Amino acid sequence: MSKSGMNRRQFLHTTAVTAAGAAAAGTGTILVDPKGAWAMSLQALDEHTATTLVRVARELYPHDRLGDIYYAKVVESLDGKAVANKDVGKLLADGVAELDKAEGAVKWLDLSPGYRLASLKQLEATPFFQTVRGECITGIYNNPDVWRHFGYEGPSFEFGGYIERGFNDLGWLENT
Amino acid sequence: MAAKYDLNDDGVVVVIGSGAGGGTLSNELAQKGIDVVCLEAGPRIENDKFVNDEWSNFVKISWLDKRTTSGDWRVAKDFAGLPAWIVKAVGGSTVHWAGASLRFQEHEFKVKTTYGDIAGANLLDWPLTLAEMEPYYAKAEDKMGVTGTNNIPRLPGNNNFKVLAAGAKRVGYKEFHTGNMAINSEPRDGRGSCLQIGFCFQGCKSGAKWSTLYTEIPKGEATGKLEVRPSSQVLQIQHDDNGKVTGVLYADKDGKQQVQKARVVAVAGNSIESPRLLLNSASTKFPDGLANSSGMVGKNYMRHTTGSVYAMFPKPVNMYRGTTMAGIIRDESRLNPARGFVGGYEMETLSLGLPFLAAFLDPGAWGKDFTSALDLYENTAGMWIVGEDMPQEKNGVTLHKTEKDQFGLPIPNVHFDDHPNDIAMRSHAYKSGTAVYDAVGAVRVVETPPYPSTHNLGTNRMSENARDGVVNKHGQSHDIKNLFVSDGSQFTSGASENPTLTIVTLAIRQADYIADQMGKKEI
Repeated sequence: MSKSGMNRRQFLHTTAVTAAGAAAAGTGTILVDPKGAWAMSLQALDEHTATTLVRVARELYPHDRLGDIYYAKVVESLDGKAVANKDVGKLLADGVAELDKAEGAVKWLDLSPGYRLASLKQLEATPFFQTVRGECITGIYNNPDVWRHFGYEGPSFEFGGYIERGFNDLGWLENT
Repeated sequence: MAAKYDLNDDGVVVVIGSGAGGGTLSNELAQKGIDVVCLEAGPRIENDKFVNDEWSNFVKISWLDKRTTSGDWRVAKDFAGLPAWIVKAVGGSTVHWAGASLRFQEHEFKVKTTYGDIAGANLLDWPLTLAEMEPYYAKAEDKMGVTGTNNIPRLPGNNNFKVLAAGAKRVGYKEFHTGNMAINSEPRDGRGSCLQIGFCFQGCKSGAKWSTLYTEIPKGEATGKLEVRPSSQVLQIQHDDNGKVTGVLYADKDGKQQVQKARVVAVAGNSIESPRLLLNSASTKFPDGLANSSGMVGKNYMRHTTGSVYAMFPKPVNMYRGTTMAGIIRDESRLNPARGFVGGYEMETLSLGLPFLAAFLDPGAWGKDFTSALDLYENTAGMWIVGEDMPQEKNGVTLHKTEKDQFGLPIPNVHFDDHPNDIAMRSHAYKSGTAVYDAVGAVRVVETPPYPSTHNLGTNRMSENARDGVVNKHGQSHDIKNLFVSDGSQFTSGASENPTLTIVTLAIRQADYIADQMGKKEI
């Protein structure tokens, strides 16, 4: 995952797409975060839906330690599902439209944090919400690039296990 | 050299399933010179192919065929299509089990006598006693290389154990250690010692943990008396007009349907598939399914009263480093009805990696409260509660009325409602677990609900009388002499201990009985 992200950014750099917004590329769209935190290629989702979903993912599973790039990965994966199944694309676009209408005239992304959370909560039981939430669980926490931010070292067999790498190194108990 | 038997060879014992029950029985029979065909629904995946990755290995080895759920258990809401977390591969669930190997206590074979009448519970004494089981427990412990038995040293404690043990000591518990584990603490039986890899649930890549995949099965094959056919799912057990079973219909690795003739059939497909197979084998002669004159096939499903306690501390624990379950507090597993419930529970260390903890800590949860717990992942310790749940006739496996599997057979529905005793026990266990961690400075404690069931028991239970259960004290069906049940579905009650050691023990004992009965031409 990290490698392909890197390639995309290199691609963006070489094609001089540096401004915020979307640019046509092949059959899809390349969406670049205005602050430069992430870039993703979209095949099915529109720009507004994707941008909103990145924020939805963060609101659902907020971690200050994680940059938006990891939440964008979730949306990229949702986009892949929307390519495979048009119904998923419609579910996501309709869900974002619903969020945008939740508090009257102000689009969801422009709402205050309190309103954003409240309108998400309203949709908790919907297939839209559960689809995005389920994708977050694997999309965020099963990303090996995320693990180091939580101190999870993951696979150990290739390093001979943890037997010589701290399986019993805990020392603070004596002082509690 | 592995054997090869003809489909028309009606002298073979067909064993359905290759896990703790089926894999052990297959080898034990082969060692006695009996011809065995073991049909395993899943593929053969040797342990060098396991991956230290929770989700990718889950997809690789788990039983993911379609199932439905009902009842008030939270699994029916959070994991509606996954009632059980078990393995579909050669080795069965011994591929992903944690290794905890505890004998049942004497009173746990006599639950009706000991606990008395409990409203809503379908309690029954086992037709077996601890004294009868002891010599076979000893054989199983030796076979599996259980630490703390046979002069095998216990495993070294990892960080997760250190936290558990320090807390246990402070609250005054007396019996806590790194467990009786079927994981080599020193090289034994041609397998090396534990490298503290973690990932016990993803299959042991070093082979230090006992699994039939690389112990019983190759040993059985080496006798020339055992043929294992992977990716061969049994669809129906067939019988003749006299009511004796004659063979099994199965789908082979290419999806082609075959009939393997048999002298004896032993069912060991775990507590969902075993009763499902007996029910799906209904015929004119046996309209309610095979071995079901009692009506108990599929009933009395038990899954242990489980739950987890995860605690977060000010400093790192790194619970995922090392053996997943080598740590236990046994004090609460004793008989003590003064606590407000019958039965007892074990507290065992358990760790999950970040991917699984996110999925299981509080399924469905989201928002800052949830993520602030995961933010403390590195500082988290965890334990699993394993307690005796009440058999209830309404809990069980039934055939779905409309949904069919890839072979056109009804899929199983698994129904489970907690008994009030289960809830009283779980509540007590959450409080006890919390006290252990509070005693060593936990800053936060999470009561995690049960995972999809790993201990599936009781759906073809043993009974003294044919009217009360499906099989006798040898796992032989009351109705059909040459039909046996060889997995945890024969458990009359669940006890507070992890079930694998008892499944293996029963399989060793059953092999002796089958050999004896075949020798006497009784079957």
